[in-house]
Amino acid sequence: MLELYDGSLDVPTLLEKWYKEEERSNYGAYIPFVGTIRDEDGIDGLSFDVYEPILASWFESWQEKAKAKNAIIKMAHSRGDVLLHESSYIAAVFSPKRRVALEFIDEFVEDFKASAPIWKYDLKNGERIYAKDRSTAIKGSGILS
Amino acid sequence: MVKVEFLGPIQKDALELNISNLNELATILQEDKELQEWLQNSAVAVNDTLVASRDFALKDGDRVALLPPVCGG
Repeated sequence: MLELYDGSLDVPTLLEKWYKEEERSNYGAYIPFVGTIRDEDGIDGLSFDVYEPILASWFESWQEKAKAKNAIIKMAHSRGDVLLHESSYIAAVFSPKRRVALEFIDEFVEDFKASAPIWKYDLKNGERIYAKDRSTAIKGSGILS
Repeated sequence: MVKVEFLGPIQKDALELNISNLNELATILQEDKELQEWLQNSAVAVNDTLVASRDFALKDGDRVALLPPVCGG
């Protein structure tokens, strides 16, 4: 399940909602990752652009990989501005046993960082500045150059 | 016509072009000096599927998107 929200994520509500959705599904492990915006480099927050059609197909391909391990993934991400100490990203894996979920959340979040079509901007002094230095070119980039 | 969109931080309006493959698109976009760096680091999707080569035929109504470097989370 992929959920997008305008602005920051309501972390307690989402974690509880996902827990309730699966509490009778016989999963032995629920491993969430919550990303929180830190106060650093003088930023007031972060802002995000999301391209939904490709994000959805990327997410579906990971859901298929999870299914092959009898696991499922849930993910929520913000669109627009998110201020300091708020959350813009939550991912969670449910699996029968903990080892699968621990390994899967690591692989999933790493590929999310490298491949998911989301663009990050620093909010600083009233400006929205593309976080170019922290961004990663998607695999296969540059074919038109 | 093929619609070409520039996603995320690329500050450029969408184009409608009469082209039949990605090679022709590359030739057109390479003439735009402001796009040089983006062409080097952007991925390309046709109808929301990423493509790996510019030897790719386009037909009327196709949508091409340029995806610059990403950073979610």
